[in-house]
Amino acid sequence: MDSIFLQILNGLDKGGAYALIALGLTLVFGTLGVVNFAHGAIFMLGSFCAVTTQNLLTYSKKVKDESITYFEAFKEVPYLEIWWGDTGSFIIDYKVPFSILLAIPVMLLIGLAMERGLIRHFYNRPHADQILVTFGLAIVIQEIVKSIYGANPIPVPAPAIVAGSASIGSWIGLGESVVYPWWRLIYLANALVVISAVFSFLKFTTYGMVVRAGMQDRETVGLLGIDIQRRFTVVFGMASVVVGIAGVMYTPILSPDYHMGMDFLVLSFVVVVVGGMGSLEGAVVAGFMLGVLQSFAAMNEIKSIFPGIDQIIVYLVAVIILLTRPRGLMGRKGVMED
Amino acid sequence: MDTISRKGELRMMALFAVIVLLMPIWLIPFGAAYPDLLQKFAIFGIFAVGFNILFGLTGYLSFGHAVFLGVGSYAAVWSFKLFTMNVIPAVIFGVLFSGIFAAVIGFVSLRRSGIYFSILTLAFAQMSYNLAYSVLTPITNGETGLQLRLHDLRMIDGLFIEAGEGLPLTNLFGIKMSGYPGFYFCAVLLILAFYLALRIKNSPFGMALKAIKSNQLRMGYTGFNTRPYLMSAFMISGMYAGLAGALLAVTDPLAGAERMQWTASGEVVLMTILGGVGTLFGPLLGAGLIKYFENIFSSYNDALLQETFSFLPDMLNNLMVGIISPFVGDGWHLTLGGLFMVIIIFLPGGIVGGITMVWRRYMKKRGASAEMEGETS
Repeated sequence: MDSIFLQILNGLDKGGAYALIALGLTLVFGTLGVVNFAHGAIFMLGSFCAVTTQNLLTYSKKVKDESITYFEAFKEVPYLEIWWGDTGSFIIDYKVPFSILLAIPVMLLIGLAMERGLIRHFYNRPHADQILVTFGLAIVIQEIVKSIYGANPIPVPAPAIVAGSASIGSWIGLGESVVYPWWRLIYLANALVVISAVFSFLKFTTYGMVVRAGMQDRETVGLLGIDIQRRFTVVFGMASVVVGIAGVMYTPILSPDYHMGMDFLVLSFVVVVVGGMGSLEGAVVAGFMLGVLQSFAAMNEIKSIFPGIDQIIVYLVAVIILLTRPRGLMGRKGVMED
Repeated sequence: MDTISRKGELRMMALFAVIVLLMPIWLIPFGAAYPDLLQKFAIFGIFAVGFNILFGLTGYLSFGHAVFLGVGSYAAVWSFKLFTMNVIPAVIFGVLFSGIFAAVIGFVSLRRSGIYFSILTLAFAQMSYNLAYSVLTPITNGETGLQLRLHDLRMIDGLFIEAGEGLPLTNLFGIKMSGYPGFYFCAVLLILAFYLALRIKNSPFGMALKAIKSNQLRMGYTGFNTRPYLMSAFMISGMYAGLAGALLAVTDPLAGAERMQWTASGEVVLMTILGGVGTLFGPLLGAGLIKYFENIFSSYNDALLQETFSFLPDMLNNLMVGIISPFVGDGWHLTLGGLFMVIIIFLPGGIVGGITMVWRRYMKKRGASAEMEGETS
């Protein structure tokens, strides 16, 4: 029972990451009709926003270490601590939440620049061309990041107060032994908040309503005198912000390196396809579903029956869904039919 | 270019064979005339030509083609381990097994087209890659990769030859398959593979494939069942990849799962696009260029660059090195990605497509000016 509960949590957690990435991907699909293989690279850029924030905040100066008296010892002390003392160390400790403040404008700019600079020219080209050019862009972004930050993963720890585990078992009466890392809980909550924010933006604001109308019938909305293209560009920027936040928040769980985006990209494409191309609800549902399935498949009891199932479950589900429900779980008619 | 007579075909093949076989000579000025690289040219040429049969003719973009490369390699190494160090059975096994794999994957994936097909093949590739790393370790030897061992079975070899000291080498009836003989073996297979691709392209079968690319729906309406054609194209293309994989194992008897990773599949797509999709020579050219530049660019470092630009004044020299060094050495992938984007954006037909376009324009101009002259005189 305990382990099943933990696996569900694990799955929801993984699913939260998949859902966030897939949400941005499918948002771009549904609006611009572009297959964006560089989406994983944007996710990676998001997590490198956190790395940059860490580097900036901990920019240090060599100071003589007074506690060691046997020899001349120096230690690195961040300027922030020198200037502001405890407040400075507090800010450094909370670098991951703070880096969201950096990530939002940066990701928005990157998204807008990408859409205006490159994607725009590919609206009317075949999907194969879109896949290929964004694939090339992903390689370029990766390599630039690699040449700046190096090839090794860079750890960015979560704030100390949430570094441990929550005794989640005692909250719901499963006993003290059931614990779960705090940060993963926060990640899940964050994913839910971001997802609901995106949905409420699309459902409850006039701007979002127009965007949804444009997804249904772009031409008619254009005929009504609305510059739908500009709104779609903004949506592209928004998708970048969503996936960027997903990247920032993921850094304490997985130390970012330059090719993390590619690993997530393949998975999130599978998520989008399972959910149905262009369907936002589908992407979220499929993300959580595949996450939970994956973590259940990783249980020893199941692995002993089907060896290796944990490695392939996601792809297997994708193949089955694509063959039985060609539009995915919640795909709309007429979107990417061929 | 579109339709060539039988005689022209043979003439072209003869020319092609001469060019390929003389590669060790005419590549000397480029600094590429050593066996390791030449073998790679031939092997990846086969891979790209095969990929082009699927992507170039039918327009189905497979993002998991490296699976067949990996399967071919594994099958070949197992043939070395179990039966004989002779390369002929290894190549046959490689092609056979990748053909079977292609049949299975194609049967499922070809039910869908467009982006879904790409993602299905990608899913299969990731599945195979993950399995090769985890559960199938007894067959694939996991992360270490499948290698030859001293005490392998080698049933057939055991009947004829005493096992010698050290690891046996791959051979073709006694000719060792490393260095130049290995290259010539690959080159002969490349010529055969290319000839087959040429025949396929100009056959009614190839015509059907091209028709599928231009409008599959209409083909269906005219009562034409496209499935068997797509299946055959997918299998042929998979077998080409298997052949390439087997040859990789022939020249270096080692097979690792990273050969199946989707970045490897991406690489063959790059080769085909760079050279020119759907053209005959394009994929070959692309494969050669990418392997060549991979070799040259990644060997450059700052010191070498300094030397190259040593004729410039110091300041300019440092500037040039500063500009270029991020793009060479470890940064080679950056160059590749950038080049690839430029090709897709400005030259969707690839290099060969670009040359053809320029040539046509030039001919048109000449034709037009000749007409003008005819009018004035």
